[in-house]
Amino acid sequence: MAAVALAAATAMVLAACGGGGSAGSGPSGTSPSSTGPSSTAGSSPSGADQSGSPTAGSSAPGPSSPAGSSGASATTGGTVTLITHDSFAVDKKTLADFEASSGITVKILAQGDAGAMVSKLILTKDNPLGDAVFGIDNTFASKALDAGVLAPYTSPLAGGGSDKYSIDPEHRLTAIDYGDVCVNVDHRYFADHHLAEPKTYEDLAKPEYQNLMVTEDPATSSPGLAFLLGTIAHFGDNGWQQYWTSLQGNGIKVDSGWTDAYTVDFSGSSGKGDRPLVVSYASSPPDEVQKGMTSAPTGALLGTCFRQIEYAGVLAGAKNPAAAGKVVDFLLSKAFQEQVPGQMYVYPVDASVSLPADWAKYAPAAKDPATLDPETIGKNRAQWIADWSDLMQG
Amino acid sequence: MTTTIAASSAPDSAGLPPLRPRPADRFGLAARRSGLLLAALIPAAALAIFFCYPVISIVGRGLVGAAGIDLGAFGDVLSRSRFLRVIAFTVGQAVASAGLALLLGVPGAYLLYRRAFRGRTVLRALITVPFVLPTVVVGLAFRTLFAPQGWLGSWGWDGSVAAILAAHVFFNYAVVVRTVGGTWAHLDTRPAEAARSLGAGPLRTFATVTLPALGPALASAAVMVFLFCATSFGIILVMGGGVYNTIETEIYRQTAQVGDLRTAAVLSILQIALVTLVLVVAAVLRRRTEVGLRLRGAADVVRRLGRRDLPAVAVTALAGALLVLPMAVLVVRSLATPAGWGLDNYRNLATVGDNNVLLVSGVTALVNSIRSAVIAAALSVAVGVLLAIVLARRPRGRMARRAIGTLDGIMMLPLGVSAVTVGFGFLIALDRPPLDFRSSALLVPIAQAMVATPLVVRMVLPVLRAADERLRQAAAVLGAGPARVWASVDLPIMSRALAGATAFALATGLGEFGATTFVARPETVTLPVVIGRLISRPGPVNSGMALAAGVILAAGCALVVLLVELAARGRGGSGIGGF
Repeated sequence: MAAVALAAATAMVLAACGGGGSAGSGPSGTSPSSTGPSSTAGSSPSGADQSGSPTAGSSAPGPSSPAGSSGASATTGGTVTLITHDSFAVDKKTLADFEASSGITVKILAQGDAGAMVSKLILTKDNPLGDAVFGIDNTFASKALDAGVLAPYTSPLAGGGSDKYSIDPEHRLTAIDYGDVCVNVDHRYFADHHLAEPKTYEDLAKPEYQNLMVTEDPATSSPGLAFLLGTIAHFGDNGWQQYWTSLQGNGIKVDSGWTDAYTVDFSGSSGKGDRPLVVSYASSPPDEVQKGMTSAPTGALLGTCFRQIEYAGVLAGAKNPAAAGKVVDFLLSKAFQEQVPGQMYVYPVDASVSLPADWAKYAPAAKDPATLDPETIGKNRAQWIADWSDLMQG
Repeated sequence: MTTTIAASSAPDSAGLPPLRPRPADRFGLAARRSGLLLAALIPAAALAIFFCYPVISIVGRGLVGAAGIDLGAFGDVLSRSRFLRVIAFTVGQAVASAGLALLLGVPGAYLLYRRAFRGRTVLRALITVPFVLPTVVVGLAFRTLFAPQGWLGSWGWDGSVAAILAAHVFFNYAVVVRTVGGTWAHLDTRPAEAARSLGAGPLRTFATVTLPALGPALASAAVMVFLFCATSFGIILVMGGGVYNTIETEIYRQTAQVGDLRTAAVLSILQIALVTLVLVVAAVLRRRTEVGLRLRGAADVVRRLGRRDLPAVAVTALAGALLVLPMAVLVVRSLATPAGWGLDNYRNLATVGDNNVLLVSGVTALVNSIRSAVIAAALSVAVGVLLAIVLARRPRGRMARRAIGTLDGIMMLPLGVSAVTVGFGFLIALDRPPLDFRSSALLVPIAQAMVATPLVVRMVLPVLRAADERLRQAAAVLGAGPARVWASVDLPIMSRALAGATAFALATGLGEFGATTFVARPETVTLPVVIGRLISRPGPVNSGMALAAGVILAAGCALVVLLVELAARGRGGSGIGGF
């Protein structure tokens, strides 16, 4: 008797596990590799118009999308699911004000770090997780663009500073903010040891700074990757490996993530580690300033910065593309841009927005940060990381 | 169970051979058959939908192309020395971790389940705490401990394999103690006493009588720890510094960061093969060792702590130090504020933080965590007990026995298969009606229950299997129906193990586990989410609050487990089955 039950149950699991291949390929198998990866999606967000939204403007690649510069709140509305990375944050009131005035309900769905988020967007391209995305940075931009997960959208607000960072002629990505990844320095350590602080990439490899620096693994950490890209931009395709060899010879420590490096090994944080140089952000120092201090205990070495730019966009196949465009507009609005430094430790792209007082004092952005063309990054990222791993981790 | 009538026409009972069903039992027998069928089908269906289907979908996406199955991918992966190293390290560290956890855990199980002393219940609750802590927090605590300027900095363990093993034992100590202890608590002492009276020394008695009797529980514990460590992710990421990688971290790298689904699929299949191999070996071991143990009520076999227990106390003290030190680091760092020592970090958690960093207050996050834990625990205990009842059957037929063994093994798979694979599989498999779950709020407790259910089974099953069949027969002879037999024989026997299992299931729900990190997360902000947000921000205020939240999570877990323990003690004392 029990035998029957068991045989049935086991058969069922086996059937699902063993024979499920056909079931699995039903909804998914037709899509991924059979259609071309890049070319199709940019041209027509065909699924988009089904939602019955009257404003079709969002699909027009033209310069100014009319998606509703005037009083369209009555016609857009609905719910927009905004896919973000885990570090996304928005002031509650700012978001509520936008929801009230636009009639749009914004549902935020965090999907891991920027890399995991882009991977998920590509994986779910045929049935997108949401309508809009925030947080694709310039290191992952070309991957997302090539996979065709984004639809063209030109925000009427892009002229306020965002278009300076535009990377796609089809306007599928809209720059929202930027951050500079730079080596941070613990001022007190260098004062105590009567040692001049390093200033440049080259300085970091000098013997007087032996065993003083900690960075992050570019394979698992976004600032780690940014720092590596900065060195590649600075030393070129043929020089960066030699530079890293000298850093290794100089005792650089590599942690897997920022948290680890900053809160355990860096001497300028609450962890009181033993290394006064850490790869972090230009915006980190204000948070180490305590009440009563007149200067920041840490600072960013502005000669060692790589600029990360974060983009937003409307997803191809969004259920509510018109309203999704409105949400991108919201991310460029003064109200949102003003709270970007406090919420996400990055600088707003809108140059007319003033920075918080302590940022102006302790967290100036780099004047001439290293940059690399997103397409070059996209083409070489995997190889660079593999080369770096071989070099540093054997 | 008794209300379902199945028109089953299976030939005859394989369950209770000595008892010919009297005509009056016909109804009960049919009900029992259909009950068993349901008990097997519900977990099987859940596993098929929430595990097999997503895994197959994502692996298929990586390997199945226009030209059919891409077998060349295996050659490509296996020819790279990096991946061979990763596989070797995965197996090596998992074996070492399981071995160490057993060595340290068995004396602990003995003390906490066979010896009576004050504070025993509290200690049992405390050892479960590591299990709920988010790996990022534990990784940080261990790194703080072993970093050059840390308390144990002089050991030079920072970034070493030793530190990884220590962290694995930290997490899994309770798995061993509770799994082994659950059986040990009910072990009949008379064979051991007989051996002693026949002249065997304590060590010989332990090796020849007690150890074999504990065999199934030891095998269960070893397998679980092996599986947890073979799929270790957060700890390897934080403490391995990129130098040491497991198949799991490599799958993450390939899936999430590189986007190479082909390589990820091969690695996933290798991981499943490895896990299956281990499960098969474990099943063979279990079958060899599983011979009708005689279990008794726990109260009968517990003695007071004595001088002979000194070696066990010493080993357990060592393990205790390993458990306490990282937690002490957490507490100390959570009390450090820019203005000196104080409770500011905890006070800050009552608010949403500067600039709304937390999204919700720490209190709300805690409530969310508890709610999700209770749902996950209810799901996994219900499904796990159903499964255990089915798996505890000992049918006579070869086929049926095979089926039981296979089902048993398959149910363990979720512990050993990459959470990244399952999580990403969810995204593409469960995205359309009628299985449109991927952004459902239920997905998180379901994912947690997938991990917790095998734990529940492994803790309850050894006890149920070892329960003397004659007790059930006696109850049936005395006229008890199947449900009554279950309630008066099986339930009391497994009450202690069930308490442990419930505690673990709750802990699994409270902590941040595997697939939950990778499933689409609606806006339910739980405590682990809050910790994750805070810890990735600069400034002493944020990291202080993160560690304070970690301490609250630990304390909350200890409290929950303690309550479950106390409840079980209240009910378990009445002996078995009222006999």
